[in-house]
Amino acid sequence: MIRFESVTKRYPDGTVAVDELTLEAPSHEITVLVGPSGCGKTTSLRMINRMIDPTDGRIMLDDKDISTVRPAELRRGMGYVIQAAGLFPHRTIVDNIATVPYLLKQDHRQARASALELMERVGLPAHFAKRYPAQLSGGQQQRVGVARALAADPNVMLMDEPFSAVDPVVRAELQDEFLRLQAEVGKTIVFVTHDIDEAIKLGDNVAVLRVGGKLAQFATPAELLSRPADSFVAGFVGRDRGYRALGFTVADALPLQDEPTINVGSELAAAPRVARDGWVLVVDGEQQPQGWLALTGVPPSALQGVVTPDLLNLGGTLAAQGGTLREALDAALSSPSGRGVVVDGDGRFAGTVSPSEVLSRIEAHAEEARHAQAELSTP
Amino acid sequence: MNPWTYFRDNQHEVLQWTWTTVWLAAAPIAVGLAIALPLGWIASRYRWTYPPIVTVAGLLYTIPSLVLFVVLPGLLGTKILAPINVAVALTIYTVALLVRVIADGLSSVSAETLAAASAMGLTPRQRLFAVQLPIAVPVIGAGLRVAAVSNVSLVSVASLVGVAQLGTLFKIGSDQGTLTPIYLGLILVIALALIFDGLIMLGVWLLTPWARAVKS
Amino acid sequence: MTAADDGLDFSRVGIWLNDPANWWGQNGLLVHLREHVYYTLIAVVIAMIIALPLGLLIGHTGRGVVLVAGLANGLRAVPTLGAIVLLVLWLSPKIHWDVTVPALVPAGAMPYFITVQIVLVILAVPPILANTYAGVRNVDPAVRDAAKGMGMTGVQVVRKVEFPNALPLIMSGIRSATLQVIATATVAAYAPFLGGLGRLILDANDQITNPHTGYPAMVSAGIVVALLAIVADFVLIGLQRLIVSRGVSGRFSRRATSAVPVAEVQLAQA
Repeated sequence: MIRFESVTKRYPDGTVAVDELTLEAPSHEITVLVGPSGCGKTTSLRMINRMIDPTDGRIMLDDKDISTVRPAELRRGMGYVIQAAGLFPHRTIVDNIATVPYLLKQDHRQARASALELMERVGLPAHFAKRYPAQLSGGQQQRVGVARALAADPNVMLMDEPFSAVDPVVRAELQDEFLRLQAEVGKTIVFVTHDIDEAIKLGDNVAVLRVGGKLAQFATPAELLSRPADSFVAGFVGRDRGYRALGFTVADALPLQDEPTINVGSELAAAPRVARDGWVLVVDGEQQPQGWLALTGVPPSALQGVVTPDLLNLGGTLAAQGGTLREALDAALSSPSGRGVVVDGDGRFAGTVSPSEVLSRIEAHAEEARHAQAELSTP
Repeated sequence: MNPWTYFRDNQHEVLQWTWTTVWLAAAPIAVGLAIALPLGWIASRYRWTYPPIVTVAGLLYTIPSLVLFVVLPGLLGTKILAPINVAVALTIYTVALLVRVIADGLSSVSAETLAAASAMGLTPRQRLFAVQLPIAVPVIGAGLRVAAVSNVSLVSVASLVGVAQLGTLFKIGSDQGTLTPIYLGLILVIALALIFDGLIMLGVWLLTPWARAVKS
Repeated sequence: MTAADDGLDFSRVGIWLNDPANWWGQNGLLVHLREHVYYTLIAVVIAMIIALPLGLLIGHTGRGVVLVAGLANGLRAVPTLGAIVLLVLWLSPKIHWDVTVPALVPAGAMPYFITVQIVLVILAVPPILANTYAGVRNVDPAVRDAAKGMGMTGVQVVRKVEFPNALPLIMSGIRSATLQVIATATVAAYAPFLGGLGRLILDANDQITNPHTGYPAMVSAGIVVALLAIVADFVLIGLQRLIVSRGVSGRFSRRATSAVPVAEVQLAQA
């Protein structure tokens, strides 16, 4: 657990980078510091590993004041990932990853073996081990940076915009893998970003800071979306709040309709018999949905041959059972047939759901939430 | 005796030596630049020529000055005492130094800037004179300053082979065991070097109005 | 009068070089070459001992920058001959240390030897210092930040991160310094008692027409110095290839990236 107690950072020329920041980053959770440029988020992060020392206030790490610990020692117990990765150009990937274990005088062979394991964990092929950073792409370098931070198995990870320097597709991949990794290792993570969507996606707790280093709101992403503390936070969080908030509610108790399906490779002529409203859902041998087949206005004479992938309409997205209301709504809205496709944990077809059904569920859920909130505030 | 009185007593000779030093240092710079510019351009434009040109330049620059002063007479058919050896030697150094600086300076103009210039319809020659050279001026200027200052200091070495210039003051001091002519020589040579340095800096400043306009 | 009348004839150089006495004799090329190499080695090593730690310190802390810049640029304007003559006249009489080192410093030569070494070291320090400083400053700030953030102490950052990444520029500085010293050592023979290949060149000046000690000797010694400089440069380049990490030099089979931005300090000749 990391606790900021009225921490202030004032520079000699008078600028206040961080103003009486008080918050607690719970153990084993991801706490995101987010805000516009000049809000002190990076400064705050760098005060945790004493790269910068506060002017006032103190920072506690598991009930120990960090100002009493020697900086180098403190840092060796924390993983540190920065935007530009900062890999050592003169060392191979595996030696880069093993940096802190080497510093801690661990056995070199042991450290290298662990580093190779970590490479696998972050999704890097083993033959990259002997390569040098200059030979890797930006996204690959970022993965190495994360592996390096994990190498000494620290309890705390500090991450300063680690995914900002890569393109959006790579960024989304890295974010997803990061969440998967965190589910495995459960570190206490403090994460800085300027991107509110990244904060909402990754954070268990989000601290919104305003220019001048003051804390505007500290809440879970769902709360941030549904109850922004003031107009600054509301503006920063942005539009489509209601829609984005749906991403935090699990779509339980969705009424699934059954739907006849045909397989890829089956006779086209058989399709009209199965179709409803002129659409047929096509699945593969594993019952995994492949797309919709449109039959409206197609004369029976044109139905020659078998169902092939190029005939399919791929417009609809898939919602997973136990996924969020947002997924379910999107599946229902984007489906060309008007029926959203829902799949189970193995990707197999589970049923369809219509937009109105999802919407009823959304309304019901919102009603429950308002009811619960009212109960809380009654004396 | 202090350097000033020594100067007054030997005014005629010292001034002549100063003049010789100025010529022997300045002429190679002008000639060297004139030779190095096309060579450097070739090395930057036709990249396959860059390694051989720069390697030869590097080798030439490696040869100590005294050696060149001594070997050139045999090669050129001149007398050892002739100042022309010094001039040729210093020109060789200037070219060797500047070729690489010019090649790198011309290549340093970003590909995007050059592409924009082409897209606006500039021919390669226009690009060179309107875009690459002006941008490369500060870099080339820096190389010129090094060449100029080095040359002034190198000329004085030529007194060891008997060429009469400011370095002769060092020889006189050494032969007579007196420090005064040495001090005078040092003062004059260093002053000359600083003047050359300043003149080139002024030239660069004048040629780069865009750098002047930006006040950081 | 043509050059040949002065004895400035290259054909005589060929004859001179073919006489083994001129190589192996007491006043031969090899003896002077060895002296020259020793003078150079001693000066460069001492200069490295002074300049490397200083350059690393200044580069790492970022303090003392003005000193470095001013030094490197200022010394270029000092004429080497003048400096040698001045110091020999002023300093040598004050050194009262009469030690003889066989094959290096003959009897009575120590004061001059020390004086000349001082000049050579003063000339060799700026390029090594300036390039070491530039090399350290050129290290990507993100790399330095990461090193510190992972828990390296200041000394560890210098030793494990800044120094290896600054090596290309440092080696470049050492090369410049070595060439500078080889060249200046030639001129240093002007000081009494000193050997080196410059001895043959300068002595020949008074007897230029003499076929044994005149122009042929001068040119031959000159050629040997030039070759020494070239060979030394190649050796150091080879050394650089060996010790600089491939990750820094960009020497890969597949991607040819020039990863190191260069702020090379141009050197004066001597």
